[in-house]
Amino acid sequence: MARGKRGRNRLSLSAHHAMSPRVMSANSYRTQPDERGHFGDFGGRYVAETLMPLILDLETAYRAAKNDPAFQAQFDDLLEHYVGRPSPLYYAERLTEALRESAPQGKGAEVWFKRDELNHTGAHKINNCIGQILLAMRMGKTRIIAETGAGQHGVATATVCARFGLPCVIYMGAKDVERQQPNVFRMKLLGAEVRAVESGARTLKDAMNEALRDWVANVHDTFYIIGTAAGPHPYPELVRDFQSVIGREAREQMLSRIDRLPDLLVAAIGGGSNAIGLFHPFLDDADVKMLGVEAAGEGLDRKHAASLAGGFPGILHGNKTYLLQDDDGQIAEAHSISAGLDYPGIGPEHSWLKEIGRVEYTSVTDAQALDAFQLLCRTEGIIPALEPSHAIAALTKRAPEMDRDEIILANLCGRGDKDIFTVADALGVAI
Amino acid sequence: MSGRLATAFAKPHPALVAFVTAGDGPTPAILDALVEGGADVIELGMPFTDPMADGPAIQAANLRSLAAGTTTAGILDIAKGFRTRHPDTPLVLMGYANPMMRRGAEWFANAAQQSGVDGVICVDIPPEEDDVLGPALRAAGIAFIRLATPTTDAARLPAVLADASGFLYYVSVAGITGKQQAAQASIAEAVERLKAATDLPVAVGFGIRTSEQAAAVARVADGVVVGSAIVELVGAHGKDAPAPVRDYVASLAAAVRNTTKEEA
Repeated sequence: MARGKRGRNRLSLSAHHAMSPRVMSANSYRTQPDERGHFGDFGGRYVAETLMPLILDLETAYRAAKNDPAFQAQFDDLLEHYVGRPSPLYYAERLTEALRESAPQGKGAEVWFKRDELNHTGAHKINNCIGQILLAMRMGKTRIIAETGAGQHGVATATVCARFGLPCVIYMGAKDVERQQPNVFRMKLLGAEVRAVESGARTLKDAMNEALRDWVANVHDTFYIIGTAAGPHPYPELVRDFQSVIGREAREQMLSRIDRLPDLLVAAIGGGSNAIGLFHPFLDDADVKMLGVEAAGEGLDRKHAASLAGGFPGILHGNKTYLLQDDDGQIAEAHSISAGLDYPGIGPEHSWLKEIGRVEYTSVTDAQALDAFQLLCRTEGIIPALEPSHAIAALTKRAPEMDRDEIILANLCGRGDKDIFTVADALGVAI
Repeated sequence: MSGRLATAFAKPHPALVAFVTAGDGPTPAILDALVEGGADVIELGMPFTDPMADGPAIQAANLRSLAAGTTTAGILDIAKGFRTRHPDTPLVLMGYANPMMRRGAEWFANAAQQSGVDGVICVDIPPEEDDVLGPALRAAGIAFIRLATPTTDAARLPAVLADASGFLYYVSVAGITGKQQAAQASIAEAVERLKAATDLPVAVGFGIRTSEQAAAVARVADGVVVGSAIVELVGAHGKDAPAPVRDYVASLAAAVRNTTKEEA
């Protein structure tokens, strides 16, 4: 299809290309966190004293790596030849048309996807794992640990450990081990040791607790590859930076394909790494609106995983952020049909972006996500993961309210092969 | 600094510091048993759903306590009752940041102060984040007790000691509570290093469970912290825990009191 240049949201390329995150004006949204790892009131380094020296070392090592062209070159090379980047930018024509059918006259924005589900291992998680394992080796660490919920981050971590020949222990809640057997087997095939966590509620947050317990006892040789843009500083920053390849590519691809920026970015949020990866390179593009989509589970008045919508600021797993918790600060169990969103917290940068109003946050229920999952299967021939199905559900509400010449760009951050058993079960189908 | 903590560490023998999780078993009676057994300082653990620095024994105690319906208000009531019954024994609250910070630092500091609490140990507020809780506690006259660990090197130690009060808690093992004990030689060396840098008493904890271990640590430190072993007794005996806890603590206290402090 031939695409003309649009009037709306066009911009001067030269002005934008001159910008880089560290040299922008004081009004930039892209200069967080501060030197203590704070995003406004959020973030920080709330860890046990045993881990503090290591956290400080990690920060020093990350600063050096970030300024080392050789590190960046190796990261870029692996992303291109091992992960398969850049991922395509795709105009979802039939989904756009389907949503226009119910839209008022002149309404129905174009829907585009950033295809990070086409990465090696099937999700965006690998971008971050590549970056962190290079950092681990740079620091001389010889053993890798990670937590996982659905198993996607565990598989991505096991993958990079196999690629670089490092021993790997993955902590996974015993309940998740039971319901995610295919990913458990994948991790084992890749040579990882999967340790089922029986403590607490036996899900993702308990796996993270257990990984922290391992780390505190093995600080001398072990690197903890955290899977989302959360945890103690500098993790939220470095995970964001590694995942920002998503937004940088998308921005360049949009400009080169249609010479304009999208009007609205949409991404699902558990911890928020795919969302911050997409959003961050666009934060200073004032005309680009952003929508983060939390998991409303069975509904915000029932069991859910929407920390921003239903939580309060608190301290867990090394950072201050919005948490699902009771009046005494005890952490609540999250629920979502998507195991990747099933976490009672959220990355601290999202908490900050919510408070300053730069990003809008909404939530989508299990049922709405399931509908969106099926809609994308049938209109585009793409089986999405349940995580981005939340983003798709949210954009099906927004697209019919926006003008036809406006553009929505959503992050298709994972493919749905892993979810077919969950979806079949939810739809009452025996396979 | 709290007078009660200073007095406890000024005794002729090293202090026995005993930890128990609030709300796990009959806590007021267990606290009485700790004092009767000879504990010089009490650490009252505030249960948390996600105790990531604790080993299996204290994790289980946290979950038992929360399952029994323990609340922050209930813990403060336990502290208040203890203060009435034991006007001279210092009481320290120990736990994680989120339950302490939930209603705000000032609220917590004032509530703790009104409940007769002498000190607070927070596992996941390092000196770098002191300003979220430290100033409020100090303004309320409560010691914010700092932790040093085997990974706290010489470059970092001044940051740990700045604004430290009450006593310095040396976590002798890089790891979680209730696991192995550090080698005696490494404990002696670490305490010597810490005492050269501060006038605060230095108490040593993590992995200490026998009288022999307690006596050995008491020879080099100002205080000996025992936690998981007591918590395991509470787990095993439930409502009948006070008697075995008293007897066990008495055996530790005898070992610690028979030790002569080596003056640094």
